[in-house]
Amino acid sequence: MTSGTLLEVRGATMRFGGVTAVDTVDLTLREVELRCLIGPNGAGKSTFFKMLTGQLVPSSGTIQFRGKDITGSNPHEIARLGVGIKTQVPNVFNGLSVRENVFIGAARRKSIKHARQIVSETLSRLQLDSIADRIVGQLAHGQRQWVEIATVLAQEPDLILLDEPAAGMNHAEVLRTAELIREINRTQALVVVEHDMQFIRMIASTVTVFNQGRVLMEDDVGHVLADQRVRDVYLGKQAA
Amino acid sequence: MDLVGLLAFNVVAGIATLVLITLGLGVIYGMMRVINLAHGEFMMLGAYTAVTAVDAGINIWVAMLVLPPVLVGLIGLLLERTLIRFLYGRIIDTMLATWGVSLGLIGLTTTIFGNMVRAVPVPVGGFAIGRYGASLFSLVIIAAAIAGLVGMLALLRLTKFGLILRATMQNPNMAAALGVSPPTIYMATFALGSALAGLAGGVLAPVSGISPSMGAAYISRAFITVLGGGPAIITGTGLASSLFGTINSLVSFETTPVIGDVALLAAAILMIRLLPQGITGRFLRRSL
Amino acid sequence: MKIDPRWAGFLVMVALGLLLMFGLPQVLDLFGLVQMTVFVAMAMFALSQGFLWGYGGIMSFGQAAFFGLGGYAYAIAVINLGDSTLPVVIAVAVPVVFAALLGYFMFYGRISDAYIGVITLTVSVILFELVNSTSGDAYHIGAAQLGGFNGIPGVPPLNMPGDSSSPLDPGQMWYAAVGSLIMVYIVLRAILASRFGRVVVAIRENETRAMLIGYDPRFYKLLTFMIAAGVAGLAGCLFTNWGGFISPTVFSLTMSAQVIIFVLVGGLGTLLGPMIGAVGIEYLITIAGSQHLVDANLGLGIVLVAFVLLVPQGVVPLIRDKVLPFAKLVPRQSKPIPTGAEVPR
Ligand SMILES: Nc1ncnc2c1ncn2[C@@H]1O[C@H](COP(=O)(O)OP(=O)(O)OP(=O)(O)O)[C@@H](O)[C@H]1O
Ligand SMILES: [Mg+2]
Repeated sequence: MTSGTLLEVRGATMRFGGVTAVDTVDLTLREVELRCLIGPNGAGKSTFFKMLTGQLVPSSGTIQFRGKDITGSNPHEIARLGVGIKTQVPNVFNGLSVRENVFIGAARRKSIKHARQIVSETLSRLQLDSIADRIVGQLAHGQRQWVEIATVLAQEPDLILLDEPAAGMNHAEVLRTAELIREINRTQALVVVEHDMQFIRMIASTVTVFNQGRVLMEDDVGHVLADQRVRDVYLGKQAA
Repeated sequence: MDLVGLLAFNVVAGIATLVLITLGLGVIYGMMRVINLAHGEFMMLGAYTAVTAVDAGINIWVAMLVLPPVLVGLIGLLLERTLIRFLYGRIIDTMLATWGVSLGLIGLTTTIFGNMVRAVPVPVGGFAIGRYGASLFSLVIIAAAIAGLVGMLALLRLTKFGLILRATMQNPNMAAALGVSPPTIYMATFALGSALAGLAGGVLAPVSGISPSMGAAYISRAFITVLGGGPAIITGTGLASSLFGTINSLVSFETTPVIGDVALLAAAILMIRLLPQGITGRFLRRSL
Repeated sequence: MKIDPRWAGFLVMVALGLLLMFGLPQVLDLFGLVQMTVFVAMAMFALSQGFLWGYGGIMSFGQAAFFGLGGYAYAIAVINLGDSTLPVVIAVAVPVVFAALLGYFMFYGRISDAYIGVITLTVSVILFELVNSTSGDAYHIGAAQLGGFNGIPGVPPLNMPGDSSSPLDPGQMWYAAVGSLIMVYIVLRAILASRFGRVVVAIRENETRAMLIGYDPRFYKLLTFMIAAGVAGLAGCLFTNWGGFISPTVFSLTMSAQVIIFVLVGGLGTLLGPMIGAVGIEYLITIAGSQHLVDANLGLGIVLVAFVLLVPQGVVPLIRDKVLPFAKLVPRQSKPIPTGAEVPR
């Protein structure tokens, strides 16, 4: 399927005082594409996500979503266009139940009935039925990650950004996450940030490598993982 | 010409008053991010100290300038130990608790002294600016404000305590590295801020109607001047007081003191909206 | 059929309210009933603060501004119009419009939580000073003399809707007051059960997440602020009616402090709590007021400090979460409500 451009980033730069966290990054994403974003700690991946979702206003550069300029738009405006994000630090409604969390994700601009339907589908899709009425703040870290992913899915976005979705999950959960990502990718585009190379291989796709705020390379997963420069900046440290 | 002179003098006096009532709150907020809603009542206690001492026949200068800061500083110390220290880092809770203290102090003072308005005699006379008469006491207020600012600056710049304070302000762990525990610093800071509030209450006693509820008139002005000033306590307090004090004095002169107060508060609200970090959050960041 | 416990709680509450509404006049003399009427006005005021703070997570230190605006708006309108029907609407509308302007300024200006406390407090001080300085014949709105610190005496009471020749007597006033309180309670419950209400609570829980889903927190906070202002205005209107009198003390810091204490004592994040807090504290103040040994403020201050330190969750959640589960009457469901905002940087 050859389809149009979903996301187009040109020269995106984010400076914090003297630190340039993201430095003239160009990135293009097609509709329903799956992209992995890797890079060592502090490479600027999360900062890049924050720029895409409006949590940070780029110091310079432009971001277009389906041809619409969203540079510097408010987070809620970008979300309404169809961008959802699971952040690196879990962002959930701690005082609410799992069901309520997902409901809030589903309910925007939908009838209550429709939203309830989405909630029950999403809960069973992510196998959260058994804990649906638990208060999220009392759940384990891994479960809260699932709740956040469920909330994002219930939002039915066209582009889903996942910042380290497998962090803190056990092996079985990691496998399930990979499977879920492939399933989501049948209809929706994703950008996935991960440090776990095995995980990257499981969801195999085009990989963009960040280093010190810049794009080091962009290629398919095999080439990237074989590349010496990538090993130097990243894999070398992990002795992969 | 005389009128301009008088006006200028009043503006400076207005600024000085604002500096005095703000400094104590600013020290506490700037150093420890505690908004002390009992600040106005600390001033009230300072004023009551002055009036009680004067009635007891103590020299008026001692009653105004020495006893209030000492006594109120001690009260602040006591409160920090028994209450405030349990609430650090919970800004709304500290606001609520200090509001409780504020009500409690109003109640206590009313119970002891009754509800009537008391006064301290103005210890100095007046002088002439051309055809107009001006109060010499305004000079006392101006001198006290300058002394307060310079004293704080000297304390921060020249003493070991000041160095530790500045370090704690930047990073609470720094104090520990310098061999002083942050709780001790916070305790000392709260006592210092309370003492400054007491001093303000004492100095302003001769020009205030002293009653248990007098603090309410000060708190929001002090509060909003601190926020307007921003993170650099001394420079910020000075600048924000100058700005708001000028607005207050000029509008009061043109209309009524009430409208002047309202203009001050409205200007300050506008300022928080435009410069949420305060003046020194945006400009002169390196000052103290 | 299984009834949702929250539904059951709601129905019990309304039933209790109706029971009090019709039962108290049977057991109390007129004097007692009139006294209770002012408690009802304060309970409604507490609902305003409880809704705003407990559910919206917005800390207003100057909620008395809206209470006072409602009271003054009613007094001025009814003196000018004679018939009380429209003035009641005005008593709600004026605070709502004022809250819309102030709220737009604050929330769309992205002012941080602690500063919202400061600004609301300052606004109530401004109103207090302004109204306080309106002594003299020059200050009047239509036929209503504002009277400065002396206030406005002889405010006509509510009358039967549309019929200004039949004012309510104190007994009837009781029914009007409790009736409106029950109505406000039902409306607030309905709002909280709606999608809007759930989003408001979600924003209190995590503003960033709500934003990333696509909700505009500014809009929800503004609306919450306006609703709370309307409720406070209606409470102010009842308060003015009760004494036939209003003075600038309705704008005072003590007034704003009191309503915070009601909510804190009764319980943050409940609607029942603030009402119980209001009635309980007002009752204590009445008792304290009848003795002249110590000033009432002293008691209020001690209560406030004690609750912040020792029972920050308030009485109703304490009973619900600690006492009742212990007695196995209801399942345990503790939900921590954050009371402390982050330190602004
Ligand atoms: N708000 C901020 N202010 C100042 N510097 C920041 C800020 N946010 C991020 N940085 C800096 O920007 C750089 C990039 O950080 P970022 O969190 O985007 O990295 P990352 O690639 O997500 O790393 P990780 O894999 O550890 O999550 C880091 O050096 C970080 O210290
Ligand atoms: Mg990251």
